[in-house]
Amino acid sequence: MSIEAKKNSQISLDSEIFKPEDEQTVSDIIRDCYKKNLPIEIIGSNSKNFIGYNLQSAKTLDFSNLSGIIEYLPEELYIKVKPGTPLVLIEETLDKNNQQLAFETIDFGFIQNGKSNKGTIGGYVACNFAGSRRFKLGNVRDHILGFRGVNGKGDIVKSGGTVVKNVTGYDLSKVVTGSFGTLIALTEITLKVSPKKSSQSTIAIHTDNSIQVSQLFDKILSSSNEVSGSVYIPDEPKNKKYNLNKSEIFKFNDLKYEGSFLAFRLEGDKKSIEERKKDLTKELELNKFKISTLDFYQSVLFWQKINNLELFTSTRNNILRVVIPPASSEKLMKYLKNKYKFYIDWSGSLFWIEVEDKEETNIKDIKRFVLDIEGYLTVIKKSEKFSFEESLFTINENGLLISKKIKESFDPKKIFNPGKMYREI
Amino acid sequence: MSELALPKIDENVIQKKDFIVRKLKKITRSENVLSHPDEIKPYETDALSAYKQTPLTVVLPEKTKEVSEILKFCNEENIKVIPRGAGTGLSGGALPLQDAILLGLGKFNRILEIDFENKCVVTQPGVTNLGITHAVQHKGFYYAPDPSSQIACSIGGNVAENSGGVHSLKYGTTTNNILGAEMVMMDGTICKIGGKTLDQEGYDILGLLCGSEGLLGVITEVTVKILKKPQSVRAALIGFPTIEDGGNCVSDIISNGIVPAGMEIMDKALIVATDNFAKAGYPKDAEVLMIVELDGTKSEVDNMLKQVGEIAKKNNSNSIKLSKNEKERLAFWSGRKAAFPACGAMAPDYYCMDGSIPRGKLSLILKEINNLSKKYNLAVANAFHAGDGNLHPLIMYDGSDKEQLRKTEEFGAEILKTCVKLGGVLTGEHGVGIEKRELMCEMFNDNDIQQQLSIKKSLDEKNLLNPGKVYPILRKCAEEGRIHVHRGEEKFPDIPRF
Ligand SMILES: Cc1cc2nc3c(=O)[nH]c(=O)nc-3n(C[C@H](O)[C@H](O)[C@H](O)COP(=O)(O)OP(=O)(O)OC[C@H]3O[C@@H](n4cnc5c(N)ncnc54)[C@H](O)[C@@H]3O)c2cc1C
Repeated sequence: MSIEAKKNSQISLDSEIFKPEDEQTVSDIIRDCYKKNLPIEIIGSNSKNFIGYNLQSAKTLDFSNLSGIIEYLPEELYIKVKPGTPLVLIEETLDKNNQQLAFETIDFGFIQNGKSNKGTIGGYVACNFAGSRRFKLGNVRDHILGFRGVNGKGDIVKSGGTVVKNVTGYDLSKVVTGSFGTLIALTEITLKVSPKKSSQSTIAIHTDNSIQVSQLFDKILSSSNEVSGSVYIPDEPKNKKYNLNKSEIFKFNDLKYEGSFLAFRLEGDKKSIEERKKDLTKELELNKFKISTLDFYQSVLFWQKINNLELFTSTRNNILRVVIPPASSEKLMKYLKNKYKFYIDWSGSLFWIEVEDKEETNIKDIKRFVLDIEGYLTVIKKSEKFSFEESLFTINENGLLISKKIKESFDPKKIFNPGKMYREI
Repeated sequence: MSELALPKIDENVIQKKDFIVRKLKKITRSENVLSHPDEIKPYETDALSAYKQTPLTVVLPEKTKEVSEILKFCNEENIKVIPRGAGTGLSGGALPLQDAILLGLGKFNRILEIDFENKCVVTQPGVTNLGITHAVQHKGFYYAPDPSSQIACSIGGNVAENSGGVHSLKYGTTTNNILGAEMVMMDGTICKIGGKTLDQEGYDILGLLCGSEGLLGVITEVTVKILKKPQSVRAALIGFPTIEDGGNCVSDIISNGIVPAGMEIMDKALIVATDNFAKAGYPKDAEVLMIVELDGTKSEVDNMLKQVGEIAKKNNSNSIKLSKNEKERLAFWSGRKAAFPACGAMAPDYYCMDGSIPRGKLSLILKEINNLSKKYNLAVANAFHAGDGNLHPLIMYDGSDKEQLRKTEEFGAEILKTCVKLGGVLTGEHGVGIEKRELMCEMFNDNDIQQQLSIKKSLDEKNLLNPGKVYPILRKCAEEGRIHVHRGEEKFPDIPRF
């Protein structure tokens, strides 16, 4: 460790938990671990630490002190931050300028222990789990313009920049996003930000019919009316295994009927929303259904609840995240119906599924079904009884082969978060 | 043009040519292996036509399995391979090497599946960008990224270059619009990446492949997303008395929360050039001219257009026209689309560069370019994708004058370096190729480059797939980095240039 770094960080390399405050210290710590073959666990604020395999590591690199907004240029549509910056701080800062992270963030705090905990931006980028707007506006990876970080040898590397049009060298921002801290310790992240729309409204279509639901999803995806959220919330199976909280959580003055419903969101200025609503009434043949309309405030709250995964608040069961080609939503819906508690986002592409803790073999069956329809499954939350027989992430043989090579090029001694995603990585 | 450093020639491979051709003829049909000079000629260069090189041989396989066998063979025999799509690349990415096999994907020209239910198209890489839109437009769908070469360039090339278009500001570039790919690695392994789902589990290999300029794998299949066409599209044509006013207007539009589908700026030199050439009727008193295109629902577009008009007025615009119909909208674009040929008509040669800068630095860079123009005594015209900060300066010169050529090269390099100094990058959409290779050190240090090279090494251990591209060979910043177009030699003269 350089004398300079020591002075800055006051950290001895003998400690087990490091809370570096600058990039050089991060580099020094990692270089030391690289030399000594010591595995390191990288954490932001531990808000999503329950996702992935638990790991054993000699050292912990805690990024909560490497925090703060480095540069925010609203008119350039980017914000540059340190990895330990709380996501909430970033969202509040953008909000003051009427801007947002367009991919919409998910708050995993509710399923973990019943209250909000969005964690740090570094942790969020490491997971690449966007919220409801993803099907329209892209995932986290589509909004990372550049980064700085330290690879597994202790080298400081950067990629990308602050501009949206950039093809100078490989697009490493994509690769490190969603890598669960197994490739690089991020020290600086530049995100693309977008203007917020002035208003929004949500329309709920009350239906319990899987065929109708999948047809509606398809029509929404086929529409040019820029629907920015499209979910289906079925009634829970009448089964004590699950917390039957749906009617409690989705209690809104203007949600007029009981039972299952599909809801879609329109954002924009009021006139445009009205115009698109009219158009969609024709496209979706809404006069055939019972309809509820949520105004601006209710709509905002509604999508917060969706992206807080509030239906699964404090659950002790397993939570699965499944992504499939949207046209297969009807099949999967039928498979899950009355057996599992679930809901569907991204207009048929994303399923959040709760599986009772004693039924782990069912996870295997669901996974087989999902692979058959060419989707993938991630075990997000594991019940206490989860035995780890099933792998938590999906990957095919070739994917694993290339992933191993990529891992080796960033972290040749596999010291970062070993086994967090795949045992071999 | 300066002498170009290329990877060391492997004489051994050149001597084995007959053996190699025989082997290739066993893998694919013999007529797919070209070795007659006349047949090979079209493959000597891409759209960076100043550089030419005859490859050892050209092979045009028809099946993924053939690609796999060719690569496996080449890997075993230490033979270099250059992948090529339609050859419209502007940075020399598909430039052959004397001791390399040129692998053309031209016969992979079929759309394999149109899946309206999953809003995607599965296609072979040789299909043109526009070919995809043509296949789905009868149902009102289209493929969003629209490079101006779209009638000719291949979707495989688009993935390799992560190509963009005038509508990238709102709809993103290639990387934001593809779901899956099949690629063959240098050792012959065939890999399926992604599929019809949004994103994939694990590392974003698709994101890495996109923009990798043919260095990491040969793309043999692509699954692209398709979108429904917007209901209404309108444009505004706005003139400003000063560069600052135009630049401020761009920032103001964005700050007001408007995301145009496209936002283009031309400077005085280009306004004059294009107006003489295309008679687009652009305002003569404008120092800069801006085209703002908006799409969405009718009232939304009308409303945004009105707002854009007001913002422009606040920024001292001296003329505003709002398109009333499709004909007018296309007329606004006609001059802009003639930008490249218009410059071609003004001087024997022109160089086009492709840096990106933060939008707000527009007036700074234009001023700097004007100063450099005086310093080098060379005329320059500027086209700018203002929405996403991508700048295309066109330097006009006479290539038969060696001294002018040298000065032009210096001028070009200075512009790109200035882009980087202002917080921008060397290339927004044309790729690094051989052209900006030696300028990479302007943006990246050794660590950054080493990280990229170690990825390359992990996927292509012997550095046989498209070697000599993207990463500096000389390990110093040489004076290169522009498109070189000589009158009469220009490739794809019919394609509108942006
Ligand atoms: C007039 C004109 C206008 C242009 N306008 C634009 C524009 O607006 N925006 C823009 O982004 N670009 C533009 N370009 C540049 C060019 O069209 C794009 O870069 C395009 O994507 C290249 O596609 P191609 O099929 O011609 O690829 P090629 O030129 O054949 O190859 C380009 C690179 O991709 C690699 N490659 C090609 N196919 C494959 C494959 N199947 N697998 C692996 N690697 C492969 C090659 O090795 C090479 O490195 C323009 C070019 C011209 C001539």
